[in-house]
Amino acid sequence: MNTIGWPNFRSLNQEGIVFAIAVVLFVAAAIGLPGFIDANNLVAIVRSVSVLGILALGMAVVIIGRGIDLSAVAIMAMSVAWYLQLLNSGTPDGLAFAYVLAGVLAVGLLNGFLVAYADVPAIFVTLATGSFVFGYVRSQLITQDAVPVPQGHWVELLGGLRFLDIPIEVFVFAGLAFLFFLFLRYTKWGRYIYFAGDNPVAARNIGIPVRPMLVLRYVLSAFVALIAGLLTAASLHSINTRVVNSTLLYDIVLVAVIGGIGLSGGRGGVRNVLVGAALIGILLNAMTIIDIPLLYQNLIKAAILLGAIIVDGIINPRDEQTAQQGDI
Amino acid sequence: MSVRERLHSWRYNLVPDHVVGEILTKRWTDNAIPFLALVVTLATFGSVIPGFFKLTALQESTRQLGEFSMVVTGMTVVMLGGGIDLSVGSIFALSCFSAVYVFFILEQSIWLALAASLTTGLVFGAINGYLVGYLRLRAFLTTLVTFIFGRALFDILVTTYAADVQLSTATSDVLDFIGDSTFWGLSVSVWLAIILAIITHIALTRSRPGWHVLAVGGSRRSAHNAGIRVRRTVFMTYVFSGFCASIGGFLIACRLSGAGPGTGLNLEIMALTAAVVGGVSLGGGRGSVIKGLMGAIIVLTMTNGLIRLGYGTGTNQMVLGIMLAVAVTIDIRWLKNRHKVLNEVYVAPVYLKMGETQSAAPGSGTPYELDNRLSAADHIGLGELEGPEDVILDRDDNLYCGTRHGEIVRFFAPGYVRSEVFAHIGGFPLGLALDKSGNLISCVGAMGLYSVSPEREVKRLSAETSRSWTSIVDDARLRDPNDCDIAPDGRIYFTDSTKRYDAHDWALDSIENRATGRLLVYDPKDGSTKTLLDGYRYTNGVCMAHDGKSLFFAESWACRVHRYWLEGPKAGTAECVIRDMPGYPDNINRASDGNYWMAWLGMRTPSFDLSLRHPDMRKRMTRRLPQDEWLFPNINTGGVVKFNEKGGIVEAMGDLTGGAHPMVTSMREHKGFLFVGGILNNRIGRYKISGADPNWTSPTSYWGAKP
Repeated sequence: MNTIGWPNFRSLNQEGIVFAIAVVLFVAAAIGLPGFIDANNLVAIVRSVSVLGILALGMAVVIIGRGIDLSAVAIMAMSVAWYLQLLNSGTPDGLAFAYVLAGVLAVGLLNGFLVAYADVPAIFVTLATGSFVFGYVRSQLITQDAVPVPQGHWVELLGGLRFLDIPIEVFVFAGLAFLFFLFLRYTKWGRYIYFAGDNPVAARNIGIPVRPMLVLRYVLSAFVALIAGLLTAASLHSINTRVVNSTLLYDIVLVAVIGGIGLSGGRGGVRNVLVGAALIGILLNAMTIIDIPLLYQNLIKAAILLGAIIVDGIINPRDEQTAQQGDI
Repeated sequence: MSVRERLHSWRYNLVPDHVVGEILTKRWTDNAIPFLALVVTLATFGSVIPGFFKLTALQESTRQLGEFSMVVTGMTVVMLGGGIDLSVGSIFALSCFSAVYVFFILEQSIWLALAASLTTGLVFGAINGYLVGYLRLRAFLTTLVTFIFGRALFDILVTTYAADVQLSTATSDVLDFIGDSTFWGLSVSVWLAIILAIITHIALTRSRPGWHVLAVGGSRRSAHNAGIRVRRTVFMTYVFSGFCASIGGFLIACRLSGAGPGTGLNLEIMALTAAVVGGVSLGGGRGSVIKGLMGAIIVLTMTNGLIRLGYGTGTNQMVLGIMLAVAVTIDIRWLKNRHKVLNEVYVAPVYLKMGETQSAAPGSGTPYELDNRLSAADHIGLGELEGPEDVILDRDDNLYCGTRHGEIVRFFAPGYVRSEVFAHIGGFPLGLALDKSGNLISCVGAMGLYSVSPEREVKRLSAETSRSWTSIVDDARLRDPNDCDIAPDGRIYFTDSTKRYDAHDWALDSIENRATGRLLVYDPKDGSTKTLLDGYRYTNGVCMAHDGKSLFFAESWACRVHRYWLEGPKAGTAECVIRDMPGYPDNINRASDGNYWMAWLGMRTPSFDLSLRHPDMRKRMTRRLPQDEWLFPNINTGGVVKFNEKGGIVEAMGDLTGGAHPMVTSMREHKGFLFVGGILNNRIGRYKISGADPNWTSPTSYWGAKP
C-alpha cells in the first residue's frame, strides 16, 4: 500500500513524506511559535482535528471504495440542526433522534442506491444530495441559520465531558479510528471495500456483492457525519448551517488525500487519515497562531490540496488507453 | 378463424406498435425530454407568477439569462469534450472583479477593462486546461480545487477593494449601454449570448476543432488512436470555458457596476445543472449548445421563479439538488438503456395466416416437388466469392456478380476461372440488370440504385423516392433495394424490400412480417424515382415479361408472385399470379423457352407458419431470447422453380444434399446453362439445362441481336 512506482524510492511513500513534513512543521512551530508547545494548545490541536478526522474516516472508506461523498458536511450540519430544532420545538428526545437517524440513513441509502444501482457517478449524486439536504432542511425544517442546543440537554453535557483533561471528542475520534481500523483490516466487508475499490469489475466477477457494499459505504459515511455533527454541536453549544457553504468539505477531502488515500480507490487506510489529520491540524493551528486571516488560510489550503491532487495524479497516472470513458 | 386468432390479428395488425421503436430511433428524442421540461417550467411559472411574461420583468431576467447562458455554453463545450468545469463561478467572479478593478480603481477605459476580464478568464481556463488536459488530473476534483482557490482569491480581493470601488467616480457611456440599454428590444448580454451560441454551434457541428472536441468526448481512446491531439483539445475546451465565463463576468460588472461577495455564488452547480438538465451528457460526446441553452432557461426560470414566489433560503439549493439528481439519473439510464430498449422494442411482429400450400417434398407428386439436380452443378469462384446474390452475363459471355464486400466481380469467359474486381461500389450489390447500351445496373443494399458503365464508371442513379407523410421512419431513403429490371423504354423497375430494416437485417424483417415492401420505378429521362406499389411483405425479384408489357415481382414472406401491368387495360395495377408457394421466392429471370426462372431462398416450415399466427409469441421471443435462439424461416434449403406466363409451375429443382446450393437467391440462363447464385453462398453454380436453346442469351432476349 502507498508505495510509489519508483523502485529506488520505495521507502519514500506519500504517507511517510507527509508524516515527515508534519514532524518538521511541528518542530518548527514548537521552536518558532510562542505558545505552540503549550499543553492546552496541543489539546486544542487534537480537538480541532477530531471532528475533521471523524468526517475524514467516513470519507476515507468511501474513497477507498473508489467513490467520494460530497454530501458529508451537509448531512453533518443539517441532521443535527434538524435534531436540535425538533428538540427546541418540544418533540420528545427519543422520537426526535429516531427521526433524524432515519433521515440520515435515508440519505445514505439514496446516495448508495443511485451510485450502485443507477450507475450515476458518485460525485454527481452526492453533490446533488448535499445540495438537496441543505436546501430542504434549511427551507422546510429549520427557521434560522444557527440552531442552539437546548439547556441541559445531553449534547450540551457531552461537550463539557473531560477525561484526563482531554475533551471527549478526542476519545470518540480515537475510538472510531480504532473501530474503522479493525473494520477495514480484519473484517470480510472491510476487505471487500479494497477489492471493489481496486477493480470493481474483477470484484464483481469473483462474486463479491459489490453493489450492496457500495450502499453500505455511503450509509456508513452518513452515519459518521451525524456523529461528527453531534460532537460539533456539543463543543459549540449550537450548530451553524452556514458551515455547509464553507470549505470544510474540502478540508475533509484534503485530510484523506494528503494522507495518501488515492482517489482512484483501493489504497490507504486509517493510518493515512491520522497522518493527514495531524498535518492539517498543525498547519491550521500554526496559521491561526501566526494570525493569518481566514481568507488567506483558505487560499493556502486550496493550494495545498491542488498540490496533493497533482502529486496524486503523478503517482497514479491515467493513460489514454486505460482511462475509463466518462471517468471524470 | 378462432376468436383468439381474430383478436390477435386485430391487436397486432391494427395497433401500430412499430411506431414506438421508430420514434426511439430518432435523434430528436434526446431533445424531447428537456424541451418538454422547458415548456412545463415556463408554463407553470408563467401561470403562477402574475406578470411573468411582462416585458419589464423579462428585461431583467433575460439580462441575467444572457450572462448565465454564456457560462453554460462554456460548460457545455467542456462537457462535450468529456470533462467538467466547476470553476466557472470563480472565473466569472474574478473576471468581474478584474473589469471592476481596471475601470473603477485604475480608471482606465472600458475596453481595457474588457481586456483584463478576458485575460483573467483565459489564464484561469488555461490553468484548468493544463492541469486536466496535459497533466490528466481528474476534471471534477481539479476544477473543484481551482474553484476554491479562485473563490478564496476573489473574497480577499473584494474585501480589500470594496470601499475603493464604492468611492470611484468613473463613468462610461459604453458601460451604461452594455449594462442598462437594449438594442432592438434585447439587452446586449442577450445579443452576445445568442451570437456566442451560434458561433459555438457552428464551430462544434461544422469545423474541425469542434469535431475534435466531440470525438474526444465520444471516445477519448479512439480519438487518441485516430491521431487527434486529445490533450490539446481538452486544454482548449477549458480555455474556451474560461473565455465564456469571463465575458459573463464582464457583463455582470457592467450591469451591477461593482463586484460583491455574492457574485457568481453557486454559479457552478447552476451551470452544471443547466447543462445536464438540458441533456448534455456526462462523460462527453453527446449534447449541443441548444440543449445547454434550454437547460439554462429551465434552471434560471426555476430559481428566479421560486425567489419571486417568496420561498425561503435554501429552496434554490433544494430544487437544484433535485433537478441535478433526476437529470443525471435520467441521462445515465437513458444512455445505458436506449439501445437495449430499442433492440427489444423495435421488432413489432404482425399477425399473418399463410395459406395452405402444396408439398415440395421429393416423391410428393406435386409440381413443386424438389429433386437433387442442382447438386450436380459445376462451381465457379469456389471459396473466392462471398455472397453472390445475383449473377448476370453480358453479350461476351462474361459473368458478373456482387459480393458482400461491396464489389462487382467479373469472371471471364469461357472458363470462368480468371476473375477481377470489375467495380467497387460499397454496400452490398444485390440485383443486377444490363441495359440497352451495356451498362450494368445494380440494386445496392443499404445504398440505392447504381449504374456501372462498361468503362467501369460507377454512377448513382437513385437513393431516394418521395417521402410519405405518415411514416415516422424516413421512408424516402432506400433501405434495402433488392432487384431491378429494365423496361423496353429504358425505365428501371426495382424493389425496395423493407422500410424498417437495413439490408443486412433482412431476416429480422421476416420475423416482424410487416408489409412495407415497395415497387419503384426510376426514369432515366428526368432522373426521378417514383413509388408504384407499397405494402408488400418483402418485395424481392423483378422480371420483365417476354413481351415487355408487364413485369413479375416476388413477395418473399407471403410466398407470392405478382404481375404488375405497364400497358394495356390493367396498366398500373398488380394482380397475384402465384400464391401459397411452399418456398420463399427471390429473384425472377427469363428462361429461353418463354417461361420464367424463379429462385427460392428458403422453404416454409409448419413451425414458422404457426409462429406467424402468434405475433405475441414472436414478440416475447425477440425480447427475451438472444438473437441466436430465435425462430427464423428456414433458409437452409431452396431451389429453382420454372413458371409460365400464366403462373403455372412447370418444374422445380433443388439441391437436397445441401452441399452446393442449399439456398438460391438468383439464377440466370445463358446459352443452355443456368448460373446459380446465393446470398450466403461461396460460389456460383453452372448447371447444364437439358433441352435448352444453346444460343439464347438474356441481353439478346431483352435488347435484340448485337447491333
